[in-house]
Amino acid sequence: MFGRLSLNSLPLHEPILVATFAMVALGGIALVAAITKYRLWAYLWREWFTTVDHKRIGIMYVILALVMLLRGFSDAIMMRAQQAIAFGGSEGYLPPHHYDQIFTAHGVIMIFFFAMPLVTGLMNFVVPLQIGARDVAFPFLNNFSFWMTTAGAVIVMMSLFVGEFAQTGWLAYPPLSGIEASPGVGVDYYIWALQVAGVGTLLSGVNLIATIVKMRAPGMSMMKMPVFTWTSLCTNVLIVAAFPVLTAVLVLLSLDRYVGTNFFTSDFGGNPMMYVNLIWIWGHPEVYILILPAFGIFSEVVSTYSSKRLFGYSSMVYATVVITILSYLVWLHHFFTMGSGASVNSFFGITTMVISIPTGAKIFNWLFTMYRGRIRYELPMMWTVGFMVTFVVGGMTGVLLAVPPADFQLHNSLFLIAHFHNVIIGGVVFGLLAGITYWFPKAFGYKLDDFWGKLSFWFWLVGFWVAFMPLYVLGLMGVTRRVNHFDDSSLQIWFVIAAFGAVLIACGIACFLIQLVVSFMKRDQLRDWTGDPWGGRTLEWATSSPPPAYNFAFTPVVHDNDAWWDMKKRGFERPVEGFRPIHMPKNTGTGVILSALAVAFSVGMIWYMWWLAALSFVAILVVSIVHTFNYDREFYIPAEDVARAEGARTRMLAGE
Amino acid sequence: MVSRVMGMASKILRLLALGPLALLLSGCNLVIMNPSGDVAAQQRDLIVWSTVLMLIIIVPVILLTLFFAWRYRQSNTSATYDPDWHHSTRLEVIIWSAPLCIIVALGGLTWVGSHLLDPYRPIARLDAERPLPADVKPLQVDVVALDWKWLFLYPEQGVASVNELALPVDVPVKFNITASTVMNAFSVPAMAGMIYAMPGMQTQLHAVINKPGVYHGLSANYSGGGFSDMHFKVHGLSTDDFNRWVADAKANNTAQLGRAEYLELEKPSHKEPVRHFASFAPDLFNAVVNRCVDASRMCMDQMMGIDMRGGLGMAGTINVLTSPEPTPSGKPQRYVAAFCTFADARGTGQPAQSRAIN
Repeated sequence: MFGRLSLNSLPLHEPILVATFAMVALGGIALVAAITKYRLWAYLWREWFTTVDHKRIGIMYVILALVMLLRGFSDAIMMRAQQAIAFGGSEGYLPPHHYDQIFTAHGVIMIFFFAMPLVTGLMNFVVPLQIGARDVAFPFLNNFSFWMTTAGAVIVMMSLFVGEFAQTGWLAYPPLSGIEASPGVGVDYYIWALQVAGVGTLLSGVNLIATIVKMRAPGMSMMKMPVFTWTSLCTNVLIVAAFPVLTAVLVLLSLDRYVGTNFFTSDFGGNPMMYVNLIWIWGHPEVYILILPAFGIFSEVVSTYSSKRLFGYSSMVYATVVITILSYLVWLHHFFTMGSGASVNSFFGITTMVISIPTGAKIFNWLFTMYRGRIRYELPMMWTVGFMVTFVVGGMTGVLLAVPPADFQLHNSLFLIAHFHNVIIGGVVFGLLAGITYWFPKAFGYKLDDFWGKLSFWFWLVGFWVAFMPLYVLGLMGVTRRVNHFDDSSLQIWFVIAAFGAVLIACGIACFLIQLVVSFMKRDQLRDWTGDPWGGRTLEWATSSPPPAYNFAFTPVVHDNDAWWDMKKRGFERPVEGFRPIHMPKNTGTGVILSALAVAFSVGMIWYMWWLAALSFVAILVVSIVHTFNYDREFYIPAEDVARAEGARTRMLAGE
Repeated sequence: MVSRVMGMASKILRLLALGPLALLLSGCNLVIMNPSGDVAAQQRDLIVWSTVLMLIIIVPVILLTLFFAWRYRQSNTSATYDPDWHHSTRLEVIIWSAPLCIIVALGGLTWVGSHLLDPYRPIARLDAERPLPADVKPLQVDVVALDWKWLFLYPEQGVASVNELALPVDVPVKFNITASTVMNAFSVPAMAGMIYAMPGMQTQLHAVINKPGVYHGLSANYSGGGFSDMHFKVHGLSTDDFNRWVADAKANNTAQLGRAEYLELEKPSHKEPVRHFASFAPDLFNAVVNRCVDASRMCMDQMMGIDMRGGLGMAGTINVLTSPEPTPSGKPQRYVAAFCTFADARGTGQPAQSRAIN
């Protein structure tokens, strides 16, 4: 009945986990009680869970990402603490069985359930506004994608308290992830969490490509698109091209594990290196999937706060496209040390270095956008300058790792760990935090508090340098990654410094959360009445903050890059009459139901409860088919409602 | 003359690049920056040169960023403000070609460096000053990564050791590397960095150690529960000391590594103590690579040979046995059985003479 699930699968003997569970359970009960007390369930279901509004879905993605950041960061702090104390005979407080799950979960969660939802959330929120559209191309699909991503996150979180997570590293290389070396449920949790979330990511990629290609406001040719929209387009092209490879390789791994095929085993002609190739053919584009939107955010931020047009728009666009293409030609640099010949290694090393040319051009473009500007040091701009100084160092160490003979020394070392945190924190995370601060007033109608934001920025920046510079040093001392305890006590001081850095970053995260709360309490002082608090340049600033459900009462017409700046310059008059009914998509609960079924299916597969897997699989098919017969999918917002909303905005702008 | 100037320039640059760092790090052992083998020394030089090349562009970028960020701040009204300036062909050419030049230089360095330091390439010199003497015969060491310990086989000397690698100084070494079950990486930072050890596959590394001493060796690719203790000492020994080490291992002639003992040793274990074997089964390494130490299994090379000739057809499907040994997953483990031949009537896959030692 319960497959391999039994009472022993619950980690009752692990005090850390039991305490965590108690805290999560208490928090969860408190949350549920509060929602019930304030009778919010119906509101949440109607207005949020079933919504097809791209803005609300975007916000939900960001909330999911922030929740998962807390989990992923707890893992990071636990690892840093373990490595700071486990020296000279001490085994630390985390035995390998637990520690190995933590570093695997840290990587998986930070990439798939923190960075990805945050990127997707911002793209979801911003792109339709930037191109003057009323929603994405496929609104229901958008809701479904979000819930599938959430379902994946639920599966990962479940592994914390029921069973175990993978102990394989975040890419689960076979044969270690094969059924003989990892017979438990950990790798199955990994596979199904990624497969379910992958469906969401892929569909959201399709959705945003269609939106950007087909739904731009009249006059917005490709070369008049805002840079963030361009980077989003390239990112989604990468998603659509790369994620099916991940899905396929995980299907093959599942077949090996479930039905005894031999794709990646060492016997019967299987080849584990094929997995390593395939996973990196997805994995390398993945890092550009994350960084490109961050580059887009920096482009918007630099030009807005320098009050100056972006320098070298077309070279920025070409650089983005070149990076998109090149990102497919470099995957082998992740395993120079697996015995390829010198020519193969050099080829992939050099293609990797070539990527630094368009990336360098981008940095220079931001630099010359600042040149002869009037830079206002609002928070997003501070993140941007912090990024430019931090990221180039990470870029440099990255190119260094692309030199194969250097990689023979530095591969898998803590130098590598320092490098990719240098570009992911210094690039992706700084960019996304800049983006959150930048677009927050658009989403909620009030700015974020400056004091706590600046505190958070400085903690993050200093914390990053303190946490990761010691890792560069340790890497040069020949220390490798994923080690649970050390013999050589002379290394300890560096790990202690790194742990202190992690504490500083924890303060940064805490300040960010406090900032959200403080800003909410002070929202009346921080209110943005204009819809354009920063002197913006792109169309999202042309509408109110927060925008109405339909985004734009009349679709704007675009004549130039920086459409809104251009409109302001030409003395654009907002139309105040002649509103017409607006055609909009209707909410639906199908996405929630399908994702819940996907979780049930995954639980069935993970625990070998075949009846549950079969039942929920059939249910998924039935619900999907039934949904296609739902013809009641759209409605009109009456002209009077539009007129009322726009009238309120007119009064707001007049300062009444 | 030119090479001497280059050499000096190299030293000065190295000092400049590492000076401040060196001050900070005095007292800790940056083994990669201060290695004891020629291959690692050349890798270090490449690291230093690449870094210097990149700093040519990185340092100005950081300084310009900070300068522009300060100079064009809003409160500085004396700075020029030009809100519509957004294009300059001349600047565009510079910002694309400056990184391009660096990458062309670095790409050349990479191409040459990758070929010169190709792990498959036999050692051509002892170090920067000394060419390879004509009479030096390279030492061969076969490396097997087991769960979770290292096995080193010395086919010419006939000895084997667990978790201890002894190497004569200034003698080129050819490592053949494989693994029993999962992937590891054979890594000696002081000597030559790392190469993966993978089951059913054989990788190679050529290296030389130039200074006597004890160095740290480890697995540099996570391989499961016992990974953190999967390290070993590397002893760089004078030729006499090395010969003594071999003789000591040989003297202990009760310890022999036959196929049965190997299969016992292969089982997962943690923190395995250092052990020496006076002899080991001939062809053991080859059998490990081909996954047929258990002689009832067909060797992979034989399997591939059969497949190349068109396979066994239907007969191949019945040639699969199920192992009686319990597996971690509880699922039956099947394998392709070895053939019986005239020389080996029981189908153990082993020529008669080598079974004697088993």
